[in-house]
Amino acid sequence: MPGKLKAKIVAGRHLPVMDRASDLTDAFVEVKFGNTTFKTDVFPKSLNPQWNSEWFKFEVDDEDLQDEPLQITVLDHDTYSANDAIGKVYIDIDPLLSCEAATVISGWLPIYDTIHGIRGEINVLVKVDLFNDLNRFRQSSCGVKFFCTTSIPRCYRVALVHGFVEELVVNEDPEYQWIDRIRTPRASNEARQRLISLMSGELQRKIGLKVLEMGGNAVVGYLQCFDLEGESGLVVRAIGTACTLDKLSPGTAPNTTTHTNTHTLPNTAPTSNACNSPSKDSKEPVFSEDPPHSLSGPPTPLRTLPSSSPPPFSPSKPCSRQSSSSDTDLSLTPRIGMGSGGSVGKEAGPLKTLLRQHTQSALEQREFPIFTLTCFPPGFLVHVGGVVSTRSVKLLDRIHNPDEPETRDAWWEEIRQEIKSHAKALGCHAVVGYSESTSICEEVCILSASGTAAMLNPRFMREGCLDTGGSDHRLSRQPHPGMVGSERGEGEVSSTWLGFEDASPPSCGFVHIPYDEFNMPFPAQLTYCYHCRRQKVPDVLFTTIDLPAEAEVTGKGCLIQARLCRTKKKAQGEVNATSISNLLPFMEYELHTQLMNKLKLRSMNALFGLRIQISVGENMLLGLASATGVYLSALPAPGGIQIAGKTPSDLSYDQHISTMQKRIDDTIAKNKELYNIHPPECIEEVVGSPIPDRQRSSRLFRSTSESSDELSELDLSHGKKDAFVLEIDDTDAVEDIQSLLTDAPIPAGFYSCNTEVMPGIHNWTSGLQMFTSVRVYRLSNANLTNQGLNKIFTDLCENLLKSLYFKLRSMIPCCLCHLNFTVAVPEEELIQVAVTAVAMSFDKETQQAADKALTRGSGENEEQLQFSMEMCGESTISNNQPTAKPSGVPESAMVHSSRVSSSERCSPLPEGRSRSLRSTRSLPCGAPVTVVKMTPLSFLPGTRIVKYLGIINMFFIRETTSLREEGGVSGFLHSFIAEVFAMVRAHVAALGGNALVSYSMKECVFMENPNKNQAQCLINVSGDAVIFIRESDQEAIPPLLTSRQTSSTGADGTT
Amino acid sequence: MSMELDVFVGNTTIMDMEVYQLWLDGLTVSDAVKVRMDEGALLECEANPEVLTSDTMDQFRTFQMCERLLHSPTKLGSQLLYQIPAQNQIILIERYYEFDSVFAREVLGKKLSKGTKKDLDDTSCKTGITLKSCRRQFDNFKRVFKVVEELKGPLVENIQRHFLLSDTLARDYAAIVFFANSRFETGKRKLQYLSFQDFAFCAGQLISYWTIGAMGAPTVPDSMMEDMDVDLEKEFLNELKDLKVLVNDKDMMDQHKILVCAALRGKIKVYKLMEVNFKNLSRALINLASKLTHTKDVRDLFIDLVEKFIEPCRYDRWTVAEITLFLTHYTNAAHCLGTFRHQMIWDRYMGVIKSCILQMYHE
Repeated sequence: MPGKLKAKIVAGRHLPVMDRASDLTDAFVEVKFGNTTFKTDVFPKSLNPQWNSEWFKFEVDDEDLQDEPLQITVLDHDTYSANDAIGKVYIDIDPLLSCEAATVISGWLPIYDTIHGIRGEINVLVKVDLFNDLNRFRQSSCGVKFFCTTSIPRCYRVALVHGFVEELVVNEDPEYQWIDRIRTPRASNEARQRLISLMSGELQRKIGLKVLEMGGNAVVGYLQCFDLEGESGLVVRAIGTACTLDKLSPGTAPNTTTHTNTHTLPNTAPTSNACNSPSKDSKEPVFSEDPPHSLSGPPTPLRTLPSSSPPPFSPSKPCSRQSSSSDTDLSLTPRIGMGSGGSVGKEAGPLKTLLRQHTQSALEQREFPIFTLTCFPPGFLVHVGGVVSTRSVKLLDRIHNPDEPETRDAWWEEIRQEIKSHAKALGCHAVVGYSESTSICEEVCILSASGTAAMLNPRFMREGCLDTGGSDHRLSRQPHPGMVGSERGEGEVSSTWLGFEDASPPSCGFVHIPYDEFNMPFPAQLTYCYHCRRQKVPDVLFTTIDLPAEAEVTGKGCLIQARLCRTKKKAQGEVNATSISNLLPFMEYELHTQLMNKLKLRSMNALFGLRIQISVGENMLLGLASATGVYLSALPAPGGIQIAGKTPSDLSYDQHISTMQKRIDDTIAKNKELYNIHPPECIEEVVGSPIPDRQRSSRLFRSTSESSDELSELDLSHGKKDAFVLEIDDTDAVEDIQSLLTDAPIPAGFYSCNTEVMPGIHNWTSGLQMFTSVRVYRLSNANLTNQGLNKIFTDLCENLLKSLYFKLRSMIPCCLCHLNFTVAVPEEELIQVAVTAVAMSFDKETQQAADKALTRGSGENEEQLQFSMEMCGESTISNNQPTAKPSGVPESAMVHSSRVSSSERCSPLPEGRSRSLRSTRSLPCGAPVTVVKMTPLSFLPGTRIVKYLGIINMFFIRETTSLREEGGVSGFLHSFIAEVFAMVRAHVAALGGNALVSYSMKECVFMENPNKNQAQCLINVSGDAVIFIRESDQEAIPPLLTSRQTSSTGADGTT
Repeated sequence: MSMELDVFVGNTTIMDMEVYQLWLDGLTVSDAVKVRMDEGALLECEANPEVLTSDTMDQFRTFQMCERLLHSPTKLGSQLLYQIPAQNQIILIERYYEFDSVFAREVLGKKLSKGTKKDLDDTSCKTGITLKSCRRQFDNFKRVFKVVEELKGPLVENIQRHFLLSDTLARDYAAIVFFANSRFETGKRKLQYLSFQDFAFCAGQLISYWTIGAMGAPTVPDSMMEDMDVDLEKEFLNELKDLKVLVNDKDMMDQHKILVCAALRGKIKVYKLMEVNFKNLSRALINLASKLTHTKDVRDLFIDLVEKFIEPCRYDRWTVAEITLFLTHYTNAAHCLGTFRHQMIWDRYMGVIKSCILQMYHE
């Protein structure tokens, strides 16, 4: 019995009137944890009761602490009839279980009712006393930190990245149980909310166990999702990346200033192509018939390989392949001691009982690490191969035994295997920026996974627990990192790594191809890197990750979207699944073509943060691909777009073509201006690539044939008799061009991207506005063609964007970052689009180099800081030259000094207090409400995150039976989203935080029945609660640093 | 194809203050869109009518959802539902409680009852203010009235504390509450020329000098007396009867006239007329004072002032400066009357009367 949970109910305010006669309420509170319930006294006749209760104490298992939420119910006492519930508050105790997170939950929390929404607030105090020391807790997984952030959290440094963790739990959905027929909607909603809260807790605990077993202490990039499978059940699943994180104590920070250069080292790619994988499995892509199908890649890197013939690979082989590069690294990283030291007190024994038997797959699993991270410490990412993705169509059946969710497990296992094999085909040993999603319609479910194939620097992944031996690994499901064997084998090797420094400079290493140029997995045009001129690079690069900090970008980036609608016949079961399965490859292909064309239209050559969502409805499929396009200086300039006509017989037709061509050329020129893309004119070198890279233009082509034709541009220019030309439909092609050109230009002063930050913008101000916008369109005409649907869908997205720009016009100049679109087909003929993003304003004035470095720090260099810290510890490294490569390197060096020195001055007070002379007057009720910032990004510009307080993961259901009275569907959803935001803010504030970073709304399921005047909505949100402090703009004097830092940490502790 | 649902929710609630004004003015969404288009909103951010309509609807919905909170502004600061920056909260409240003086003039002194509310469509037609806006303003009056009616302490401060209004706006509301409470007659044709500001000024004078709270603070230790600002001080009104001596005592009246005439000779153009009318004017002011013990006569204070004093003067074409001089010397001269013992009451009475008359003396 390792923990005592204590709760105190202080007061309530703004309670609803429950007694019509007196216009007052006789409120009391029930506090429940597990099966224990306490009650406060009734505070009669008040809307602002002061209970000031004693401390209610619950003595509980740590397992329960992790799984169960504290449930607070506010009721109205009624002498004669049953007490009426006013509403509930669920409090997740988890943040209190880690010594590094929050210590107390204290503050005003909204009282929530699933029918009435927020009904007043309650002030509570919650604490946890842990009796034993942390080591014993490892039997449960208390103390494992969770982060939604998909990069290494600021104020931590990564000692080791252990690898992929996943878990899923299933249960029956209370909404579909027989009892639901006789209970009230409120009871049903509450049962669901409570169940999901329990399941999330359980899931988190189980993942925590896996992390502990791997020797880690944290999960980064934690992504939890719900699958509401209806009749067949409720699945809660999560993936993440297990890491060993060390807290950066602010006191050590100043050290970095003395070691500013050291971090330049690891940016380098260790190796030449010589040691890259000669992937033997580059087959001609064929469409697979199987439901777990994948599609063959359209031109270039977005690439999935047929699952029908997964390349047979031996687990050990890739390791040895990699060894030549990894072993050299090893010599540079004398952190073995630290690594194993990080997992002190690891006890593998008791874990066995808690593990499921997956020993046979363990070997395979560890071979290819999968990472949910999208942002990495410099040097982590060696090469990037391209996007790998897999989709699989499944038929849902009832989950018979919730304790054995093997079917769902097997499905995902299959998908991940496939992802791994795709990565391998690209010559990569890892997948980064990995995510999974589902789309469910009736009994059909599309499972999707995507990531970016990459080569990683194994230094970060070395088993932290080499000493704990193999038995441990065999037990674990994802013991992980593949490099163990090879590293062990080759041990201490030379320091030749330094010699590679010049071979691949830091800023371009990641774009160099990981695959063998003579045996490429797919045809691509290779050139020598425009930056270092030594290594080969592809002409276009697609990735799901964020733009690496060290990448050199010309001009600015922009959001690029491809949208697609496909009708399908209504069908049932197997037939339905097959027809969807058959449609998917074509959709992906078309989306890819669109992306490619739009990218070229903007004169860009790389996509980051690519996310392709395919949603299934009863009679249509929606596809939406979003990414941020940039011009990577290291890649060749993209060619223009050339239109090829069918048969040049008709003069007017020719003319039409040429006007089109002119419009396209004009647009490209305009875009170059807009995004400030003026790459230096390079002298083209013909390199020894098997494919001539002189081809400066790619054709706008439309083809439903296999994409292996991507090189047929050459053929095209010769004669138009090539296979895919036959299928060019003139009107279709025209449509395509039209749609290409109809993307409305972004209004002046706005930029947009779906990555963490906009490449090319650095001087952010603190102006910040996170928002969610939801739209539902009803298609009035049932017999729409694909073209018609496409147009509607495109207009919908474009108009939504336009509305956002208009709405946020007061923030100009500003950039919409992390624009995240989610599409769904909630019902036949309905299309739902939800967008969450953050608008951040920036200073317009011309940026100076120093400026750039300084502000950039707030965005991206935290990793660099951490990294250099790490290097400080290893004083073995001699450093060379920051001068050779002026890109990135001195920049980040400067950043260090400025960041560290400037960050300490600010007060941790949330902004917004004492704003005006009248504020005292306007806030008579004591302390003002803490301003809580929310952002989908992992940072807040101009601030420094000093503490992570824990993960916020909340699930709410709201239902109404008086839809009209609540302002219709829009009014209903508007107030519900506002309520969700309010509850998130209140919980962050109660943890002592002033911001929520890495916020995301994972689920927004809206159902309506206007005829019955009813609607229901489910929302799931998550993020990391943090305390940030504002950075002052001025540079502090370095000598003062230490003292100031210590004092500021003291202050932080009390915040 | 139709938009079924369209919402935008920001972590910080976005409020366009121009749209807020249109909402407060009671415009429909389509009218508001028209106004915004006329004002050139389409030129911003490459908007189109669709975007503008969506934005306007969204803003209107936001305001509507916040309206509940604006009814008790103190809640706005402590509520958690909408994160609104403090300075925006102040603007929201202030604008919500701002009113059209034309409208306020219409309901001034009327009972803030359901009956009056029903007549609002007439008021709406007459003033050109939308019915929706009229209702909001009327409800605001009524809400403020109800809250402060039962409170003790200074009126303006109470309004400020409970509704977080600016000083000027709180004073205007104090005037409205004061008029509604005492039900002063303001509707007569002869009073039509007076604006809301005229009455608000007079109300301010009455509150400042004629209520218990006004003079009472030093004398009454517990200044939190009930209705101290809303009702005129009974005792004072009774004492006003003593002023009658100024017209009843013939000697005193003559003496008074002589003193005033001496002071004004050669200084005003209407001297002759003044000399002739002095007794009438004096009698009018004194009689007014002595009658104020009756509620009915209190209500008629303004109409009496106009009929008995302002109109005769206007007939004789007095200028404002002349009236100022006359009233100043008329007041001061009484101090020189050896037998007149009610100096304090006299000053308290005449101070207010003088400033009210000066405020009201215009076309």
